[in-house]
Amino acid sequence: MLFFPDFANMTLMSFSTSTYALIEKDIRSEVRTRYALNALVMFVVTAVATILFALRSDNPSVELLSGMYWVVIFFTAMSGLSRIFVSEEERGTVLVLQLIASPSVVYFGKLLFNSVLTLLLTAAVTILYLLVFPGFVIKSYDILFVTVLLGSLGFAASATIIAAIIAKAGARGTLYPVLSFPILIPLLMTVMNATTRALGGEPFVNAIGEFQVLVGYLLVMVGGSYLLFDYVWKD
Amino acid sequence: MNTIKISARNIAKTFNRRQIFSDISFSVAAPGSIAITGKNGAGKSTLAKIIAGVLSSTSGELNYEIEGKKLDDEARKAHIGFVSPYLNLYDEFSAMENLFLLMRIRSNGNTPKVQIDELLKQFNLWQRKDDSVRGYSTGMKQRLKYVFALAHAPSVLILDEPTTNLDEDGIKVVEQVVAEQKRSSILIVATNDSAEAGWCEQNIRL
Repeated sequence: MLFFPDFANMTLMSFSTSTYALIEKDIRSEVRTRYALNALVMFVVTAVATILFALRSDNPSVELLSGMYWVVIFFTAMSGLSRIFVSEEERGTVLVLQLIASPSVVYFGKLLFNSVLTLLLTAAVTILYLLVFPGFVIKSYDILFVTVLLGSLGFAASATIIAAIIAKAGARGTLYPVLSFPILIPLLMTVMNATTRALGGEPFVNAIGEFQVLVGYLLVMVGGSYLLFDYVWKD
Repeated sequence: MNTIKISARNIAKTFNRRQIFSDISFSVAAPGSIAITGKNGAGKSTLAKIIAGVLSSTSGELNYEIEGKKLDDEARKAHIGFVSPYLNLYDEFSAMENLFLLMRIRSNGNTPKVQIDELLKQFNLWQRKDDSVRGYSTGMKQRLKYVFALAHAPSVLILDEPTTNLDEDGIKVVEQVVAEQKRSSILIVATNDSAEAGWCEQNIRL
């Protein structure tokens, strides 16, 4: 298979087993070290608190709330999602993974782990926003649910490949948001529009255009990342 | 016994426009062994990593064959065991956790627990198998790297600075492993030490 050489030598079963084992390893490692979790939790709490104090008694519009909602998610993701690869480089465990796992197993394992992390992050931000901002009232749950799901997966897909790229670089802290922002602009604009619709109580069909963009973005990011990952992963 | 063979033709490696080595060619079939020797900075570890498949060469060709059939990059992984100062296992896990989690990630299935237990006993880590690797000495970490490298019974064992941080007992165990490996498989040793280089039949001097 020209474009998916890994799969030519692996059965679906062994690919799934290996990928699941990698995710389990990352979850167990994260529970013990909290490399990413600590950064994510602190950033969410700090960012939401700062916005709350800044807005205080103001009655922010639905558009502003949508924007601030995704700004918090964006910057929180930037602070935590890169660690999935950076921690492997810093601790010298990259060689282990290169020896035992195919690039596709590593890529999809890390992508799925980042997806779970991003979904948890988005859920936490949503709950906080519902608690602290009276104006953040979800009138179209179906639109918000699909937006959050596709948006989180889109964030995870972009964050994973960029993390793999910058993990080997020197100035990772600066490079990560700098590389991420242009790639995430289409995603950010789309999810903000869709969230505005959700908070405005629009019917589901009004957001179909945004969902098509999000699905397309996800397919392009995952497909492109998968093809690129082999060259990024191996020195 | 797998009739595994490694052949290399004109391997070269350049880092940031600095050529580390060039025109490296060799061939070794099981049972067989090669030592990679040279001064500090000559590229011994680099060549070992290229042979192990964790680093790409700048040019040249490296082939693994079993009974005349070429193995691609992914198929080779099942046959390679690698011990190196640059390789670290996960500090937050115990030896057992490391071994079981990592063996499950390997594409070719599970290693029997008995085999892992025997290796841990052979390398004198059995008493500390459930302790976090963070608490291990450097010598114990080196022993654990051997257990990790040997757990899947590799046909090709690549050792970079094989006796680093090991005490006398550790070195004896490594010598037993080396003798066993040379009898039926391929051994590749990258080293500064002439005694370690003497374990091998062929020598690549960088």
